[in-house]
Amino acid sequence: MAAPPRPESIALLDKLMAALSAKGIVTEAQIAARQAITDKASPEIGARMVARAWTDEAYRDLLLRDGHAAAEQMGATMAGAPPLGVLVNTPTRHHLVVCTLCSCYPRALLGYPPHWYKSFAFRSRAVREPRAVLAEWGTSIPDNVEIRVVDSTADFRWMVLPQRPAGTEGWDEARLAGLVTRDALVGVGLPKAA
Amino acid sequence: MSEPDRTPALHDLGGAERFRCTAVEPDEAPPDAFGKRVDALRQLLAQRGLMTVDELRRGIESIPEAEYFALGYYERWLRSLAMLMVEKGVVTEADLA
Repeated sequence: MAAPPRPESIALLDKLMAALSAKGIVTEAQIAARQAITDKASPEIGARMVARAWTDEAYRDLLLRDGHAAAEQMGATMAGAPPLGVLVNTPTRHHLVVCTLCSCYPRALLGYPPHWYKSFAFRSRAVREPRAVLAEWGTSIPDNVEIRVVDSTADFRWMVLPQRPAGTEGWDEARLAGLVTRDALVGVGLPKAA
Repeated sequence: MSEPDRTPALHDLGGAERFRCTAVEPDEAPPDAFGKRVDALRQLLAQRGLMTVDELRRGIESIPEAEYFALGYYERWLRSLAMLMVEKGVVTEADLA
């Protein structure tokens, strides 16, 4: 578990906020409003984007061409966020997203990154031994499938477009979206029909 | 000319040996109230043109090694935000003392 902040950090935040609000730069109400927007971002939007891309060729084209536009069509607020690229998994290539330098993550779309994404272990090992890291999620990628690890940066964010699982023929978008987890959007997991 | 130092910077963790045998802790807990507050503040300061994400990173990456690995994630962010706001004269050292 992430350790709770120490008392001196809580005190520093209180003092910084007090100074900023005394100067009229940031108010507590603005903090609350901004937090509400961030809380609204969720992997469910990413899951709906994937499900639509699986079922709607025109949307898939848009998603690959303009990640922001595709995300906004599904209700995400992308203004001010770095561009969103989409990595297409194929029968011979799997993608894994990491930020080795810090914790860059498509927050505007998927919300707060999970603690493990920001962990020193994930950041260092994902590029060195991705199959071993994926195994910790119970995700096994066959040896004949290449794993491409993509570094998310301050200037460009990524999400994975996983492959549609077999056995989902005829499923509607909502049912398909239910298969797509945050893990699949980052590349540590795969959607499974069963 | 001496050989350039090729030791990666502290934050440059891609492939770093020191975490080779550390399992990734599967912690799914959302940020606590402190973390969410720091996150919202970071977004607002950026929106007001008072800092960029690169400046945030410079602040985080300048934290001395012992503290970098001891502080929590959003504690590192806060340290950077406070440093940047003082540097830019938005707030004073006295405000934060």
